[in-house]
Amino acid sequence: MATIEARGLRKAYGTTIALDGVDLRVEEGRILGLIGPNGAGKTTALNAILGLTLYQGELKVLGRDPWAAREQLMRDVSFIADVAVLPRWIRVSQMLDYVAGVHPRFDRAKAEAFLAKTTIKRTSKVSQLSKGMVAQLHLALVMAIDAKLLVLDEPTLGLDILYRKQFYDSLLNDYFDRSRTIVVTTHQVEEIQEVLTDLMFIDRGRIVLECSMEEFESRYLEVMVNPEHVAAARALKPIHERQVFGRSVLLFDHVDRDQLAVLGDVRRPSIADLFIAVMTNRAGVAQPPSHKATARQGGATT
Amino acid sequence: MYWSVRREVWENRSLYIVPLIVAAVQVFGFAISTIGLADRRRAVLLLDPAHQRAAIEQPYDLAAIMMIFIVFIVGVFYCLDALHGERRDRSILFWKSLPVSDLTTVLSKATIPLVVLPLIAFVITVCVQLVMVLETGVVLIFHGMSPATTWVVPFFRNWLVLLYGLVAIALWHAPIYGWLLLVSGWARRATFLWAVLPLLAIGIFEKITFGTSYFGAFVRDRLMGFGPGAFDFHGRDNPTIDSLAQLTPGRYLSGAALWIGLLFAVAFLAAAVRLRRYRGPI
Repeated sequence: MATIEARGLRKAYGTTIALDGVDLRVEEGRILGLIGPNGAGKTTALNAILGLTLYQGELKVLGRDPWAAREQLMRDVSFIADVAVLPRWIRVSQMLDYVAGVHPRFDRAKAEAFLAKTTIKRTSKVSQLSKGMVAQLHLALVMAIDAKLLVLDEPTLGLDILYRKQFYDSLLNDYFDRSRTIVVTTHQVEEIQEVLTDLMFIDRGRIVLECSMEEFESRYLEVMVNPEHVAAARALKPIHERQVFGRSVLLFDHVDRDQLAVLGDVRRPSIADLFIAVMTNRAGVAQPPSHKATARQGGATT
Repeated sequence: MYWSVRREVWENRSLYIVPLIVAAVQVFGFAISTIGLADRRRAVLLLDPAHQRAAIEQPYDLAAIMMIFIVFIVGVFYCLDALHGERRDRSILFWKSLPVSDLTTVLSKATIPLVVLPLIAFVITVCVQLVMVLETGVVLIFHGMSPATTWVVPFFRNWLVLLYGLVAIALWHAPIYGWLLLVSGWARRATFLWAVLPLLAIGIFEKITFGTSYFGAFVRDRLMGFGPGAFDFHGRDNPTIDSLAQLTPGRYLSGAALWIGLLFAVAFLAAAVRLRRYRGPI
């Protein structure tokens, strides 16, 4: 049984289509990065998985229908949302009491041990903590819950790089094992490249790229082409071309490494490079809403 | 459920702080009123026993009635914010990430005005009255009088009446709280206006169109109508309770108005539970 299984997942808000027939299958033990521009439908997809929004189509999370059985599902699913959503009035000690009281799979000792490594005081209110500390607190709660699926929606938004790194380190070293599954969305793509096992690009409610990280590494190559080979390189049909210091950098899909090595310096592209390539190519495919078009142009020139 | 109710009390400290402040004011006000108490008590003692008791009892009753009124106000404002605040500060995303059903959440919030606030009112009123007895006693002893004259007031019986009254009022007001919770779960902003303006509009509409005010009378009855059902005032204008025989729980519980109200309360709460499933941050 797959952890998440969706077929023809659709969701429309009025005339805006947030999800346009998404098929999705996430197996146990995977760490899936869901990457997409703003308004691509990432949060809607996660909300559907978490039973927070009604949808059309088929969706099973851990064998359950999330909309019909949210509270049962939440015993096995943890969730950290895009901004700090912890109530500001609550004290850290009250938070621990409450979660221990309502969650059958919460191990209070684990949460306490994690908090002991931070500077968070038990008597503090959430409103007195810094953004990074709130994220630490939420992570401490989630890591102490023995869940099968963890959903992270922009979990490190607004955190400085130290907190961001610590966040993913804790997650990988202290939390993740092969029996858990993690789905994460973020704009800080570079930082999770080493973390992911699977990659998915989503744009305008559709999945536009789906591959495992092994596949990603074997499929895509980037070449900084020597000026004299540019024409030859272009003949190999790169999926994207950009200029760096006056030299052409071309991104290839399914082209033999040896063939490319003669044209210039070959290297593995980052997820961000591929993302920009895929999204710029798509920008020409259909008419995107104007604000998205500008966002994408902005992304392409960087 | 237990933790969900505790959570509500943690979040809304005004639930007990406001009644405590009112209690402090009552105790302080009564302390000031004890100036000249000894002379007044001497005069009162010359009256016949029934009037004697009524005169001595009066400030105690007043304190209890004030507290009942205050917790009603606190309950109204609590309900208006209960399902709105969590959407406003986005914490609904956190609460929904825990295995707590919408039913449990809404019921725990309804428990506050229906159970917790009446209990708070009862406990605080009893304490206030005891302090008042103490204040009276000290003043009387200081003036060489016996503090025992205060004991003509049947405190234990009055506390029983108070408890019964609080339960009766809570049941009677249940549809009001249900309505407020529903509005707080539905409205995006200005929950108070959404809760009150429709009622006002219906009343005004009726007055202009038909020249009648049945709806106004209906609202008034929903606010105050528990009295004639739950108590037997012997048709007197000035409602007083002289014996436990005046409590009529049988008549109260067999009244159609109470049950129709409770049906509405259940309907409103069911709608609020359903609505919360669809609701996210605003």
